[in-house]
Amino acid sequence: MAQMKPHTEYLLRRLHTLSGVIPVGLFLLEHLFTNATATKGAASFNNAVDAIQSIPLLPYIEFFFIFLPLVYHGVVGLYVAFTSGYNAGKYSWWRNVMFVLQRITGIITFVFIIYHTWTTRFSGKAPTFDMVHQLVSNPAYLWFMIIGVVAATFHFANGMWSFCVHWGITVGARAQRVTAYVSMLLFVVLAGIGIDAILAFTHSA
Amino acid sequence: MTQTATATAKKTVHLIIERQDGPNSKPYTQEFLVDYVPGMNVIACLMAIQRNPVDKDGNPVAPVVWEMNCLEEVCGACMMVINGKPRQACSAIVDQLEQPIRLKPARTFPVVRDLIVDRSRMFDALKRVKAWIPIDGTYDLGPGPRMPEVDRQWAYELSRCFTCGACVEACPNVNERTSFIGPFAISQARLFNEHPTGKMHRQERLEALMGEGGIHECGNAQNCVQVCPKGIPLTTSIAAMNRQVNAYAIGSWLKK
Ligand code: HEM
Ligand code: SF4
Repeated sequence: MAQMKPHTEYLLRRLHTLSGVIPVGLFLLEHLFTNATATKGAASFNNAVDAIQSIPLLPYIEFFFIFLPLVYHGVVGLYVAFTSGYNAGKYSWWRNVMFVLQRITGIITFVFIIYHTWTTRFSGKAPTFDMVHQLVSNPAYLWFMIIGVVAATFHFANGMWSFCVHWGITVGARAQRVTAYVSMLLFVVLAGIGIDAILAFTHSA
Repeated sequence: MTQTATATAKKTVHLIIERQDGPNSKPYTQEFLVDYVPGMNVIACLMAIQRNPVDKDGNPVAPVVWEMNCLEEVCGACMMVINGKPRQACSAIVDQLEQPIRLKPARTFPVVRDLIVDRSRMFDALKRVKAWIPIDGTYDLGPGPRMPEVDRQWAYELSRCFTCGACVEACPNVNERTSFIGPFAISQARLFNEHPTGKMHRQERLEALMGEGGIHECGNAQNCVQVCPKGIPLTTSIAAMNRQVNAYAIGSWLKK
């Protein structure tokens, strides 16, 4: 990106951090909560899916508010992960380790999302409890889901911390320390909600 | 005690130094033993090697070269990687270091010879962000505005940066794939943006931070603040400048 116009790179990078939260992060939250309805039974999940299906202009919303921003964030994220240096082996301070984990979980999430959407949204099958149940009946797929959810929620929670620094919201050392604890709490809670939902799909309807 | 027993009982300092004869030659390591002197620092060890340039086994070698000036941690010149961490050789006290003491040049910068590196990129970065206060003119401009004491106190902390490069060496995002100017330059832009007269050129510094290798290259690994010998709150400076740059970018776009 070296030969770009003076501020292009700045703009692309700022759009990347913004897109991680709005809308991609917001979608992740929505997605986790929809899936959590599975813990209340198959009917509850199918109702939630029907409610989403009844949203007007859904294909456009999906494309412009989920698909495009996600592809943008993912592709630029891969570029960022590639250009970053990695020296946590030498300098193993906590934040530097988190910096590495942010990039590793980003890459895992990237691979996860491709296969996950391939087997669900783009599989041509109707999005029902039963469809997901079939998928997670395979132990390999179940583990794949769990790893993907842990990676994505870590990436989002730690990304929120980083977002607050990139946008000059948390400026002082104490503010950055406190939000780091909050983000890890967020990770544990979101990962728990996600895994709980996945396990709920293993029970037959 | 016999003569030999005293000699072996005499304390020595063991150093392993990564050397390089020129900018393009291959690095190699050599080991040295120097006589221990109470309270000595790494510079004193290097001076001892310079006086008697022989390696651990007594073979004569070219003396190890390094840079130094003040010897009291205010010039920044003797920054090198000591036992894996970038720091000043003058304030690296042998008694506080694990032996053997490993010395390496800060390889983020081009190596000139042995422990001497070329830190020009830092001075170029300071020029890019205009880390100074322009006061030259054709007539006397009179005294500038006063600075509030509350701001002077934290700005003073930032002014202690001596361009040593430890933060640049430790930063994972300063590498051959990026053009990141480095943490110190962002902190210096904050310092001069805060100064009442320096503020008059605020926009130029913010534009520079939006430019190639600017503030967006920071990925918040926060190694800089861990290694800065002056304890400069670099990560606070970076977050504060993120705020200034983003507000400026959004504001100037809306005004166009
Ligand atoms: C599709 C694969 C993805 C990749 C390769 C990826 C990669 C990255 C990378 C490398 C960063 C660090 C950016 C920086 O520090 O400048 C990052 C930040 C972030 N990502 Fe992702 N990401 C992906 C997916 C996601 C998803 C699904 C979410 C939301 C749940 C997300 C949310 C975030 C957030 C919030 C940040 C923080 C932005 C900031 O540092 O200001 N990412 N991502
Ligand atoms: S900010 Fe600290 S580590 Fe970086 S150049 Fe200045 S004094 Fe050295």
